[in-house]
Amino acid sequence: MSIDISLDLNGDAVSATVEERTLLASLLRDRFRLTGTHIGCDTSQCGACVVHVDGRSVKSCAMLAVQVDGCEVRTIEGLASDGVLHPMQQAFQDHHGLQCGFCTPGMIMSALDLVRHHPQPDEATVRRWLEGNLCRCTGYHNIVKAIIAGAKEMQKEMQKADRPDPTAAID
Amino acid sequence: MYSFGYFRPSSVEEALTKLNEAPEAKMLAGGQTLLPTMKQRLARPSDLIDLAGIESLRGIRREGHRIRIGAMVRHSKIAESSDIRQSLPGLAALAADIGDPQVRNLGTIGGSVANADPAADYPAALVALDAIVHTHARDLPADTFFTGMFETALDEREIITGISFPLRPLCAYRKFPNPASRYPLVGVFIARALNEAGDHERVSDAVRVAVTGAGSSVFRVREMEKALCESFTPEAISEISVAADDLNSDIHAGGEYRAHLITVMAMRAVADIIAARSNPSLVR
Repeated sequence: MSIDISLDLNGDAVSATVEERTLLASLLRDRFRLTGTHIGCDTSQCGACVVHVDGRSVKSCAMLAVQVDGCEVRTIEGLASDGVLHPMQQAFQDHHGLQCGFCTPGMIMSALDLVRHHPQPDEATVRRWLEGNLCRCTGYHNIVKAIIAGAKEMQKEMQKADRPDPTAAID
Repeated sequence: MYSFGYFRPSSVEEALTKLNEAPEAKMLAGGQTLLPTMKQRLARPSDLIDLAGIESLRGIRREGHRIRIGAMVRHSKIAESSDIRQSLPGLAALAADIGDPQVRNLGTIGGSVANADPAADYPAALVALDAIVHTHARDLPADTFFTGMFETALDEREIITGISFPLRPLCAYRKFPNPASRYPLVGVFIARALNEAGDHERVSDAVRVAVTGAGSSVFRVREMEKALCESFTPEAISEISVAADDLNSDIHAGGEYRAHLITVMAMRAVADIIAARSNPSLVR
């Protein structure tokens, strides 16, 4: 059997027909060809598949596609606009926050959820937050640096745009 | 994953009807244990009944001198709730340290409690805080709810609707996480019922000490409770240890090590409560 779902995917209204057992990660990669969401371990340990569902970071390998019916889903592909990287993406590049890059999309999506909770995180907060994201190359140092720098950049952009405090969205 | 049917009822009654029609169905809460188990083909439910569409299972609210948390409330919401941080600080701290942020954004208190993993964090909180597990049919005190490893007093087709706690501003949780999995090798929750603010509830036991991760199921340490009732200091329990014979012993830790950790974690939890009382802003 299959089920029809519709969702907001990176700002676009989309719909799909999925099998009950289709994982959100598979929906994104196989149906919508958004292959920036990586499947690393497939046992919900590594966090390479982290995406946002209704503004909160989740592991897309530990959620069914049918569960996001009616939800807002944001993936790594939804961050850059008009060819300009999101400040957090740019920070990973500037601070060498990646080597092989496999964990990077999950790291960045997780980092953005962190910034929502802690707009100016310190090192300990970042390290604690990355509990669910594994990197086998970098030893994390530059990832942590990148996230702290990315958060600062986001803060600056926010002030420039005079946008409201992102934490205000937390209910 | 094996294939299965999927249903998303909008009421508890609808969910029960479906459960009665499909004996091999399972309820899906946050899915952070169930889905990985199904992916490994260790579980093969005929259907999943997704409880996410049931409004009555959500929300955190005051009910007189208690706080009631809906079964489908995510760990992250419990950690962020100002009401819980104030009235049940140990529970908020516990929820803030389960798994990782992504697991906390999906996992639910009802799902965790129903699963009764011997290494889960919540059972210690429920037992130490003298919580009540509310189901569609009855109210079960936490003391009699957890009956063994992955076993509870729930019937096959019983739905947890919420969990309610008495207000306990003096409570704390300390765990020693497994360095790899972060599940507690030992977790100790301590709650003190009486406080200067004046808790008007009638309580028979003023201090409760509950341990998770160390045995096949959560258990209380009565000897520590008694000692702490007489003198609420870490020193009062420094010489009290749980018999190692009944504790889990595996590649991660032997029974004796776990027994040692129980005393150390309990002393730290007592110290946390004392520190929080003298300086409320210190509440973790």
